[in-house]
Amino acid sequence: MQRPDMSVELAGIKMRNPVMTASGTFGYGAEFADYLDLESIGAMITKGLSLRPKAGNPTPRIVETPGGMLNAIGLQNVGVDAFIAQKLPYLSKVATPVIVNLYGNTLEEYGEVAARLDGLPGVAGIEVNISCPNVKQGGIVFGTDPLAAQEVVRLVKRNTSKPMIVKLSPNVTDVVLMARACADAGADALSLINTLTGMAIDLDRRRPVLANITGGLSGPAIKPVALRMVWQVAKCVSIPVIGIGGIMNARDALEFILAGASAVQVGTASFLDPSAAQTIARDMEQYLVDKGISSLASMIGALEV
Amino acid sequence: MQFKSMVVSNVELSPGYFRMRMTAPPELQQTLPGQFLMLRVIDSIDPLLRRPFGFFDVGTFSAEYAGCGTQTYSEILYKVVGKGTRMLSALHHGDLLDVLAPLGKGFEPGAAGEEKILVGGGIGLAPLYYLAKELVARGDKVRLFAGGRNRDDILCITEFERLGVETYVSTDDGTLGESGLVTEVLERHLAPSGMRIFACGPTPMLRAVALMAQAHQVPCQVSMEAYMACGVGACLGCVMKGANHSEETPDYRCVCKDGPVFDSTELQWS
Repeated sequence: MQRPDMSVELAGIKMRNPVMTASGTFGYGAEFADYLDLESIGAMITKGLSLRPKAGNPTPRIVETPGGMLNAIGLQNVGVDAFIAQKLPYLSKVATPVIVNLYGNTLEEYGEVAARLDGLPGVAGIEVNISCPNVKQGGIVFGTDPLAAQEVVRLVKRNTSKPMIVKLSPNVTDVVLMARACADAGADALSLINTLTGMAIDLDRRRPVLANITGGLSGPAIKPVALRMVWQVAKCVSIPVIGIGGIMNARDALEFILAGASAVQVGTASFLDPSAAQTIARDMEQYLVDKGISSLASMIGALEV
Repeated sequence: MQFKSMVVSNVELSPGYFRMRMTAPPELQQTLPGQFLMLRVIDSIDPLLRRPFGFFDVGTFSAEYAGCGTQTYSEILYKVVGKGTRMLSALHHGDLLDVLAPLGKGFEPGAAGEEKILVGGGIGLAPLYYLAKELVARGDKVRLFAGGRNRDDILCITEFERLGVETYVSTDDGTLGESGLVTEVLERHLAPSGMRIFACGPTPMLRAVALMAQAHQVPCQVSMEAYMACGVGACLGCVMKGANHSEETPDYRCVCKDGPVFDSTELQWS
């Protein structure tokens, strides 16, 4: 039998397979080059960039929880200019699309970061993180207010010619409302879910474990929530959806595909196994071979209910 | 690199402290003292993350011992503190582990002829043995100051002595060696020149050693420990403040990638 067709085209970004690396879990790519073949995965999404370098939060920043981990890194990053000067030249040599995750502390910063990345041939697309607080509007989170989210999406859209993915937060009452708002405002694709807000307490010290008190929960513990949200959103929008949340192996990834995701992102799994994304892509293909399925595309949204 | 290791032995040295030997690929012979490895204790999701350990030793079994060709091995010393290390302590000969190694930056041995002062607090002694071996092989004079709460926390002293290392032991409760803190014993033996300190242990001990070294103008390297997820510089979970860190000019260093060994002047101790 022929090898199954694993290729995916997502908002104009051509990928050899649907496995992408989730922002914040894959550094700037080079950190993982010793552990996997960067040209074996579908796309790389880099650590979230802001206009200026960001120091991040005090420590402790991470803690393990049953089946997952909490992080409050605080979006530490080198800033968009240093990324372009120091990180992008290396990534541009890798024959795998690079999608740059970005965020802003203000609406204007979102537009400015997107503008600086526009026109760079090494950047295949951008992913907009709308889960940060809007400082100007008293800390209201762009990602939980559909009107604020639309403002961000429209502004970024005006500042870029690149395909734009909007990354959704699960910390909302109705994720479909947020998804529709972003799609209507011009998002080319949606990725979900970002981490779920959580906290851990050190009982004996009577203190929160994380210096930031709360953090974002990731890992296998959040997979059922992520699957449900991807399924709900994929039914309701006409743009592609990228599934994220606790994907540890090929079966997890394929469950997201069935739920309606056109591609997936591997996040926390890369921390415990730096070659996870490659292994998952390989095993997904093997699953299709074993089941006699000729193309991955035929599985997208093929959940029988 | 990422590889599978087979547990060769896993022995309880003292209550709650284990010494584990496992097979390693030949490339590990290039491991520098102070570098570390990350073990996946179980191929499951709880505990989810790998656990970092300093190399206690790296060596090679001869062909007669290995039963075939020569076989490289690595050793770690660890203390059972939670679920991950408890699972590790239950492993037996023949069990397989997934390993990332060698990771991070090791100790800088410094000039030949200097006296090398090793300071270990509790399980912090672990990476100092591999270092002592290397320093002794270079012909350096090596002294070890080992401290713990009680005698159960003082490990492998005979191994150091067998290398020819002069050892000074202290315990908080006086059950072994001198009574008191290892830093108190250390301070009495510090000379202003011709010395270099290598320390690993709890952060308060490292802080005291770093400040003492600065006061006596003795060069000092510290091996730090931190919660970490990836071990390769990606998650940014294990950072420490650099010496010039401030709110306005933040300077965070990754323990996994920029360390775990730092020159004591690189870090902020306040």
